[in-house]
Amino acid sequence: MSSLPTGVSTRHTGEPLVRALNVIKAFHGAEVLKGIDFDVHPGEVVCLLGPSGSGKTTFLRCINQLEKIDGGRIWVDGDLMGYDDRGGTLHQLSDKAIAAQRCEIGMVFQRFNLFPHMTALANVMEAPVRVRGEKKSDVRVRALGLLERVGLSDKADSYPAQLSGGEQQRVAISRALAMSPKLMLFDEPTSALDPELVGDVLAVMRELAAQGMTMIVVTHEMSFAREVADRVVFMDGGVVVESGHPKDVIDNPQHERTKLFLKRMRSHDDPDRPTVQDARSQG
Amino acid sequence: MSTGPTDRPGAIDARPLRHPWRWVAVALIAVLVAMLISSFVTNPRWDFPFAFQIMQQRPVIEGLWKGTIFGTVSAMLLGIVVGLALSVMRLSDNPVLRGVAFVYTWFFRAIPRYVLLALLGIGVGFLYNEFRIGLPFGQQISHLLGLKSDLTFFGLNWNALSSTIWVGVIGLGLSEAAYMAEIARAGILSVDPGQREAAQALGMSSGKSMRRIVLPQAMRVIVPPTGNETIAMVKDTSLLIAIPVITELYYQAYQFGQRSFKIMPGFVAATLWYLIVCSILMVGQYYLERYYGRGFGRTTARKNKRFARPGGAGGA
Repeated sequence: MSSLPTGVSTRHTGEPLVRALNVIKAFHGAEVLKGIDFDVHPGEVVCLLGPSGSGKTTFLRCINQLEKIDGGRIWVDGDLMGYDDRGGTLHQLSDKAIAAQRCEIGMVFQRFNLFPHMTALANVMEAPVRVRGEKKSDVRVRALGLLERVGLSDKADSYPAQLSGGEQQRVAISRALAMSPKLMLFDEPTSALDPELVGDVLAVMRELAAQGMTMIVVTHEMSFAREVADRVVFMDGGVVVESGHPKDVIDNPQHERTKLFLKRMRSHDDPDRPTVQDARSQG
Repeated sequence: MSTGPTDRPGAIDARPLRHPWRWVAVALIAVLVAMLISSFVTNPRWDFPFAFQIMQQRPVIEGLWKGTIFGTVSAMLLGIVVGLALSVMRLSDNPVLRGVAFVYTWFFRAIPRYVLLALLGIGVGFLYNEFRIGLPFGQQISHLLGLKSDLTFFGLNWNALSSTIWVGVIGLGLSEAAYMAEIARAGILSVDPGQREAAQALGMSSGKSMRRIVLPQAMRVIVPPTGNETIAMVKDTSLLIAIPVITELYYQAYQFGQRSFKIMPGFVAATLWYLIVCSILMVGQYYLERYYGRGFGRTTARKNKRFARPGGAGGA
């Protein structure tokens, strides 16, 4: 085990769905990710924990190329993200090819990012109709089913501005699921929500995990990580500090930095609530 | 109930604040309006009946439709299409496109419309009386190779075109595009970057996310100043005389006043028509703004004001 990088799981024997090797990302010369190694196997739920500025959101955004990496490689389902490897030489992929890679990956944002000029139903239908070119009537049935699954069938014709934050986030999850992704990325999906709305969103995510969806979740919700995650990965200062079963990492951390972070989280009145600085630094 | 000191205070019944200066202003305005109306009645040079007659003259109506309204609509269409393209170019990653858009905007914003129209109507015809579309330097190449053909596929006689409304449409439209480019750029930049990211995360190409997600939201910011531009364009069609094109509202109305030695009615007729056209445009603008404002604003944001503008504050 010691020969493997810390972010790489040893429990699975099959091919990983996501494999990241030595991922490096710098903003204006400052390295935010300093060589991340990370594997996620099909059906696994991995929670990324860590203090603000640790690079967890940046890493998540690198997976579906909202950020371009400066070093290392990321494969999703065997595809090298962003490049075509022709005999050892990397060739940049076109805009269309990158878009095609993203179709397989659903993403849920901290601030929902629903399209405000479309109803909830239209938001969910948009990508299957406009990107995949599927028949509107078929997509409509499926989209209504997805909205029903998140408990919002009565809100199909509402515009995002008419929905609460929790409802918007559940529509956003349906919108991502409408593309039948192999992988779902969640970027602090409950951080922008009023505390009483967090539960509904987490319930939807729990159900999704139970159905076997592969998920990578950046979160401050310790109880969610403990109950739902197959593995938690603790990041700090752009590196993976430790990773493992949630009970081991959260209840019995090995590294000083992990211990310090978890102690700080617990000393808060509401341990799961991010601070103002957290929200600001997730740029 | 009585209002003794021990009772809880009831409904407020207070004296409203007085606004004496408002009444002074109203009186002052009333006097000025009365003076104006008295001038209308007592000064025969206004001659409103004749102004109304001019308004209904066929050449004036023809100038209104074929010059002013057709010119406005066509020039604005050209301006919006070219302007949108320029704004997308201006915001693209491609340095060549960015440079071209910048130089275009720089040039067409610097040159007055009157000068541009005169240049196109008179100047271009003086330079080239015929446009030919073919190989670049076709004449020189064919001369060099001793060919009979001058390698042109299509010719256009500019002189036949130079005094028509089309030159006006081209001139005003190209000039408008420079302004529309800036308006559209502001509109595109006003859309939360998270919208584009969400569209891309769903697998949309950058062109598709621009057309389906960013531009429809940018329209909310683009429409009001475009309304202003349209109203300004109605008035700028009076510059068509620089080409010269005379089938245009102002010139026709002015000519009627001139010919009958009654100057004022001509001006009044043109003014009234401009007021009518611009008023109709303002009604149209109201409905356009309402359409592109859907999903935003007070009428739809009853339930949860905090989230009325997604991505309005905070990180990610």
